Amino acid sequence: MHTSTLIIVLLGLMSLAYYLGRKRSLNLVSGRVRDLHSLPSYYGLHTALWCGIPAILLLVLWISFEGSVVTGLVVDSLPQETQALPPERLNLVLNDIRNLATGDIVSTAVDENLQSAADHYARLQGISQLAMFAAALSLAILAGYFAHRSITRHQRARNRVEKAINFFLLSSSTLAIFTTIGIVLSVLFESIRFFQQIPVTEFIFGLEWSPQTAIRADQVGSSGVFGAIPLFAGTFLITLIAMVVAVPIGLLSAIYMADYAGRHFRSLAKPVLEVLAGIPTVVYGFFAALTVAPFFRDLGASMGLGVSSESALAAGVVMGIMIIPFVSSLSDDVINAVPQAMRDGSYGLGATRSETIRQVIIPAALPGIVGGVLLAVSRAIGETMIVVMAAGLSANLTANPLEAVTTVTVQIVTLLVGDQEFDSAKTLAAFALALVLFVITLALNMIALHIVRKYREQYE
Amino acid sequence: MDDVINQDGTVARELKTGTDAEVDMQSTNESQSRGTVGDIYVDDPRMTCRNVNVYYGDKQAIFDIDLDIGKNQVISMIGPSGCGKSTFLRCLNRMNDTIDVCKVTGQIKMDGQDIYDGALDVVPLRASVGMVFQKPNPFPKSIYDNIAYGPRIHGLSDDKQHLDEIVETSLKKAGLWEEVKDRLDQPGTGLSGGQQQRLCIARAIAVSPEVILMDEPCSALDPIATAKIEELIDELRENYTIAIVTHSMQQAARVSQRTAYFHLGKLIEVGETDQIFTAPKHRLTEDYITGRFG
Repeated sequence: MHTSTLIIVLLGLMSLAYYLGRKRSLNLVSGRVRDLHSLPSYYGLHTALWCGIPAILLLVLWISFEGSVVTGLVVDSLPQETQALPPERLNLVLNDIRNLATGDIVSTAVDENLQSAADHYARLQGISQLAMFAAALSLAILAGYFAHRSITRHQRARNRVEKAINFFLLSSSTLAIFTTIGIVLSVLFESIRFFQQIPVTEFIFGLEWSPQTAIRADQVGSSGVFGAIPLFAGTFLITLIAMVVAVPIGLLSAIYMADYAGRHFRSLAKPVLEVLAGIPTVVYGFFAALTVAPFFRDLGASMGLGVSSESALAAGVVMGIMIIPFVSSLSDDVINAVPQAMRDGSYGLGATRSETIRQVIIPAALPGIVGGVLLAVSRAIGETMIVVMAAGLSANLTANPLEAVTTVTVQIVTLLVGDQEFDSAKTLAAFALALVLFVITLALNMIALHIVRKYREQYE
Repeated sequence: MDDVINQDGTVARELKTGTDAEVDMQSTNESQSRGTVGDIYVDDPRMTCRNVNVYYGDKQAIFDIDLDIGKNQVISMIGPSGCGKSTFLRCLNRMNDTIDVCKVTGQIKMDGQDIYDGALDVVPLRASVGMVFQKPNPFPKSIYDNIAYGPRIHGLSDDKQHLDEIVETSLKKAGLWEEVKDRLDQPGTGLSGGQQQRLCIARAIAVSPEVILMDEPCSALDPIATAKIEELIDELRENYTIAIVTHSMQQAARVSQRTAYFHLGKLIEVGETDQIFTAPKHRLTEDYITGRFG
């Protein structure tokens, strides 16, 4: 039997408990539901929760401590000289024991000691498994039984179930928060390891990026220079181009949708615009690399300009197109949030539509629009797929949009693609880049949300 | 008209089903066209409305209204909620144009000029027929810019000095100058509710209109602010024609010279304010002003 079987059995027990609890509550008042404190289904749920939750908690605790307890027992049974090994070596031995017990490939020759340890390990695990089954099932039945017995007409089952639901919701939301904290901490600690090898100042102020580190002393072309300025400059350049494309088009289309378009056009155009947001970024990526970039190159050639076939311009323009629906739907929201009374006031004075929009609506909606644009910027900075395909890999420090540049996200991808050793400066650099990227987008998001919130208060 | 008429000639009450307003057939002695009781004409009209119908999509909101609005007079429009008084008011400066589904038929003339004439530009019309709304709606700009907004878009001032004068006189006429003269650069939204509403009146005055429409201008204000606005309306009558929609009958009695009573989209009775409030001729009017419904 496996743990999943146990969980299925537990779920079965819970449904049984639900049924029994519900039935008992009904029996207590001979079917007159109004005499009960709570609805019968709450008594059922209450019984089922008592039946399931303690057992599942026990299961979780058991599984999390089982490994270390069993391992500890196995280590104790090993010969003295093996126990005295340094921790890494001991770990290797233990790995072999585990593999042997489960029938996987073992790294060394199997001797008698190892075999007996493996047998011991397998036996202990079997016992533990059986004990876990017995304990969980009996706890489920016992708790369910007492919950079932405790049902009375006045028992406040509804309030208890509500409390349990409250707790579930709370734990789901905190789970997301703790995951985020975990990611941030892991990025932070790996970055600290990177900065132990490469000074922070070199990383932040260095003008050259060439992350190939030498594994052997005689390797060529392995400079190992980690100056992040070219990457951030490239990111900035592409984001700027994307914003130059997305902000005017997105804003103007939002204005048209909100104040000019008839109902028919709006009901047609809005979903179409939102389809743009639904296109996977990888599609935009090869669109940029295979269609837009060659187009710009040929166009440049016809005008006598040298446009490289992977250019910041192509990547930025396509990214801008991708962000248009983002900008337009956020701006549309804030423009619509400007009260009708403002429009009435302006129209009532004889202002035309465009006068009203320029002089009343846009100034009133400006904070919200700025917030939306900042959110779009942080999206552009974090965008990866398009730039990987269309922007290039060479870390040029240039302001010329016709040349190939590279971005932070592209470099993170290239640093971690393929076989990597996870303690070299090269791989750790990805974490440092991620940290800086994270700080920048977090700051942008916080500023944007702050502005948007402040704006909302203005009219509510 | 599908009114059910009883034998004694009074109209059976069907307020619940009432898609049409009831018309008292008895009191036809003084009424003119389409069942309105009282004198719809004035000697010196600023605006004349004839046979005005308003439709929201398929639904008709206003039925065959004939009404004159006299020069330098305050006319108040009263009636229960949803009776169409605000809709009618918004016809007078074509504010209903901003609502897609709204359609207006009939004839509304201002100084002899048909305001629904296709050749007429709505921009100068709205400059000469200003509007003040239920909720004070100053723009999120400075007090100065709020007032200067209208003159700027209509090109009424030649230079900064002239604009300053317009702002000052408008604020003075609206009785707000003394309170705000030291903080013209502060946002208009920072004023109190009553001040904001006077700011909106000043904003309307700044484009030198001939008619000012007020749609329940005091319903969001406290009694003291209301008293100030009412005083102001009385002063403004010297130079402007004012049409005011109000839910407060005391207010109608205090500020207006003529009163029009609307019911379910029809103009039931119109007359001198004193007469409407002391000796209403139509039973619906009487029921409303004595508080029996509405």
